[in-house]
Amino acid sequence: MPDVQALVNDFLNKLKKRKIEGSQATSRQTAELLRSVISQQRVPYNNQAGALIDAVKAVGEQLIAANPVELAVGNIVRRVLHIIREEDLSLTTAAMAGLNLSAVSDDEDDEERDDLPVLSAAVVAAAARSTLRPPSLQTLLEDMPDTAAIPHTSSSGGDSEGKSKSADKSSRSRKLKHDVIEAVNELIQDITTCHEQIAEQAVEHIHQNEVILTLGSSRTVLEFLCAAKEKKRSFRVFVAEGAPRYQGHLLAKELVARGLQTTLITDSAVFAMISRVNMVIVGAHAVMANGGVIAPVGLNMVALAAQKHAVPFVVLAGSHKLCPLYPHNPEVLLNELRSPSELLDFGEFSDCLDFRSVTGSPLLHVVNPTFDYVPPKLVSLFITDTGGHNPSYMYRLIADYYSADDLVVKRRTTSGN
Amino acid sequence: MEARRGWRAVPKVRQVGFFTPNEPPPPARTQSGPPDSNSPPLSNSPAGNSLSPVMIPPPRHLSDNLAHRATSPLPVPETSAFRRPIPGGDRVAVVGSYNPTDSMLGASPPLTSPSSRIGDGEFSEESSPGWFRRSNSAKFASSFPGGGFDLTSIKSSETLEVEVKKPVEVPGPNIAEKSGVAGAELQTESQSSSKPLKAKTTKAERRALQESQRAAKAAAKGEATGKPAISSEGAATSKPVKQQPSRKKDALPAATSVAASDRKGVDRPPEKERKKEVPPPRMQFDDKNRVEKAKKRAVVNQTEARNRVELFRHLPQYERGSQLPDLESKFFLLDPMHPAVYKVGLQYLAGDISGGNARCIAMLQAFQEVIKDYSTPPEKSLTRDLTAKVGSYVSFLIECRPLSMSMGNAIRFLKNRIAKLPLSLSESEAKESLCSDINRFINEKIVLADKVIVRHAASKVRDGDVLLTYGSSCVVEMILLYAHELGKQFRVVIVDSRPKLEGQALLRRLVAKGLNCTYTHINAVSYIMHEVTRVFLGASSVLSNGTVYSRVGTACVAMVAHAFRVPVLICCEAYKFHERVQLDSICSNELGDPDAIAKASGRMDVNYVDNLANKENLQLLNLMYDATPLEYISMIVTDYGMIPPTSVPVIVREYRREHLWI
Repeated sequence: MPDVQALVNDFLNKLKKRKIEGSQATSRQTAELLRSVISQQRVPYNNQAGALIDAVKAVGEQLIAANPVELAVGNIVRRVLHIIREEDLSLTTAAMAGLNLSAVSDDEDDEERDDLPVLSAAVVAAAARSTLRPPSLQTLLEDMPDTAAIPHTSSSGGDSEGKSKSADKSSRSRKLKHDVIEAVNELIQDITTCHEQIAEQAVEHIHQNEVILTLGSSRTVLEFLCAAKEKKRSFRVFVAEGAPRYQGHLLAKELVARGLQTTLITDSAVFAMISRVNMVIVGAHAVMANGGVIAPVGLNMVALAAQKHAVPFVVLAGSHKLCPLYPHNPEVLLNELRSPSELLDFGEFSDCLDFRSVTGSPLLHVVNPTFDYVPPKLVSLFITDTGGHNPSYMYRLIADYYSADDLVVKRRTTSGN
Repeated sequence: MEARRGWRAVPKVRQVGFFTPNEPPPPARTQSGPPDSNSPPLSNSPAGNSLSPVMIPPPRHLSDNLAHRATSPLPVPETSAFRRPIPGGDRVAVVGSYNPTDSMLGASPPLTSPSSRIGDGEFSEESSPGWFRRSNSAKFASSFPGGGFDLTSIKSSETLEVEVKKPVEVPGPNIAEKSGVAGAELQTESQSSSKPLKAKTTKAERRALQESQRAAKAAAKGEATGKPAISSEGAATSKPVKQQPSRKKDALPAATSVAASDRKGVDRPPEKERKKEVPPPRMQFDDKNRVEKAKKRAVVNQTEARNRVELFRHLPQYERGSQLPDLESKFFLLDPMHPAVYKVGLQYLAGDISGGNARCIAMLQAFQEVIKDYSTPPEKSLTRDLTAKVGSYVSFLIECRPLSMSMGNAIRFLKNRIAKLPLSLSESEAKESLCSDINRFINEKIVLADKVIVRHAASKVRDGDVLLTYGSSCVVEMILLYAHELGKQFRVVIVDSRPKLEGQALLRRLVAKGLNCTYTHINAVSYIMHEVTRVFLGASSVLSNGTVYSRVGTACVAMVAHAFRVPVLICCEAYKFHERVQLDSICSNELGDPDAIAKASGRMDVNYVDNLANKENLQLLNLMYDATPLEYISMIVTDYGMIPPTSVPVIVREYRREHLWI
């Protein structure tokens, strides 16, 4: 446990100091950290899912607080919580199914039976919540048998983790942790390979001789474009440099190295050039539940220009960037101001940065935000590792990945404990 | 172009003109003669027949015949009669004969009436007062086909006879007319030459003819005012008419190509002015031939940049860095270049002067120097020589950096002034007046205009406003300072962009004056736009479709402001308005130094693409301007007041008129 704490602290430090760049790296590291948290967590004999959830939430809360703007952290914490719940659910359903069929009479079983009536209310709530999950023909048909099973499962894996008293079999307890870690590994795998999965779809979207505009740098975009290039599509790319970080220069360099026809333009020339562009392809920082995008600064401008010229605005986002939250005033609340030194040389403007002016407030302010919010109406298409989606469909995807109980990580644990 | 044509036409006009004074009387006589002349028709008719076989358009034929039969007894009515059926013929005839008409005016009234009616319909397009006379003349020509012209060539006594004969032999002239082609070969000045055209003319030709008429007339006017001696150029008609179509053809390409740079400063009559309003096409740099030619003339040694963006082949882009030392080394070799112009050119090249107003003023002042030091070479007229000189200076300046449209307007003004110099002025007086004109232009169109704009715009600043501006526009800066002086409480947001970062200088100046400023870059404009209440932008030029052509990025800022429902005010002097139209920022633009893109100024850590400059598939594009569509613009503040962008063409029109009459 102490070594886990050390790991957590280390990661917290990195997050606070903004040492980790990019949502992919952040989410991968978060997932890895949570995996070790889970593996180190001692699970009680019964209610082990609850214990795991508690542990993850405790760590997750700290992580989110360390960098509230990096939504990927919260996303991964929620994903892990969801995984735990899911694994627990599947285990118990399996167990229950076995129970119901063979009617094995263990002492634990008896206990569970006893608990049944008590928990029925919570069960109903959980069942209601589970309706958010995609309805398949199977779930529809097997709804009746499931409801019989759900009570037991939810008792252990439901939202009221503290209250559940269901006891699991010893074999199950070991199995749960193992399954969860397996699933988290899969998640990590997904995160690392999401580029390839997105890039696979490139040929479906890029045709011969297309002119594509992008701004700043995104690994996903790079892979996407290169995948199309590898499939022998020839097209040209306009890269807006993305001041003041000039990530666009990096992207241009990479693209040139891979043999793509690349033109580097200033951000201000975006409007001038967009009329000759067939498609805008950009990466995102996070995708909100309403289909809005938190994106590198400048993209709102690009999206507006694209809309004006009816150019499709395509956002590439791995599923770890899907955030189950709805944004409120995202330009301000989900933004971060970087150092003014990226815009103005302190040496040159030191005389203007004099704070001893008459009014007591300085005459010169420098604003250097990191992110832009692109409202959903400006986005034509999201391409995620599960395919292309409309902005209006995002909420549905999110329901696949997150359980509704975890939307607010922090308050639950604080109020719960 | 037309002006050119006019000039060319002039000498011929003059030639003939010498005869014209004699001419008018004969036609008058002939007029009186026609009834008498019926008897001698035979004499002429053979000649007419001999000419005729070549071309006889069938419809004409009939009409002729009819006319012939019916009207033979009374020549005068006949002529009108058979004229009517053939509108084209009328025109041509008019054209051919129109010069004499001027002189003849008084003489012909009775005859004129019938044909004049016809003429009305045909010539209604030309609103010029002269048409009436022309139609008269036309009539004359038709009625006494050979007469007027014969006079010129042949001795008066003969001519008299001829005239008399011709009108009489009604059939004869018709045939002669038809046969005109043959006549053309003969090239006698008889109107037969003009008539053949009649028969043949296609629409285009007819138009050419009309234009040539106008040109000739314009020239005539010019001459008349300038050199009273040659006032009557009447008889010129036949020659210019004949030649102009062909001349026009070859003249056209050349004229269009040069048009922009040298417009000869003939007095332009209003019709011409109308024509001129279509701005000549600009130099397209993907046209190999033209580029080659331009290179031969060029003073500045330019080497083409290597990695050029495909979309912008039509714009010049040269390697930077080599021209300046090269030019500097040539300083003493360039004989014809005036040092003041040279200096300004170097400053443009080095980027020491930027900003529409500054560049324009620098150029005008350099021209002022030029004019002060100018002395007319012997055998040349000040007007033409100076115009040519200014033209060559302008093309030098263009080589250094493409002109802005506002500078184009200023140059046009200057050339106009030079052209309009009264000839009575002595050289020193002329120079004096030009210098004062330039001063007046600078003062009224730039300095005073700015003051007016500042007044107007400052009235739109309220307490508590947050004003956003982009880049560094000197008018906007003045507005902000003025509003600050008025004691208004407001905050300024300066949005800036690479590679020029002009906003930093503005920021420094404003902060020094005690304004509360926020500085940010263009990507953050949608972040900052929430707080902004007004956007003030400068412009390099405002085009007559309402498009604002300005520093690249202006369109982005205006667009975001529009999206956030923030009013956008463009501040621009009216001399920057231009009658050109433009829909995008690609067809015409200016390319800056591509290397400026690769390096981020003041950021040593950013040098990712520095070493890639030579890679084949990396292009760096440094656009200088962009076009803001009019729907993003709430208002244009100009020296004529605050107008919606849709009213730009009105200002352009009004302003041009005033511009001409300054």
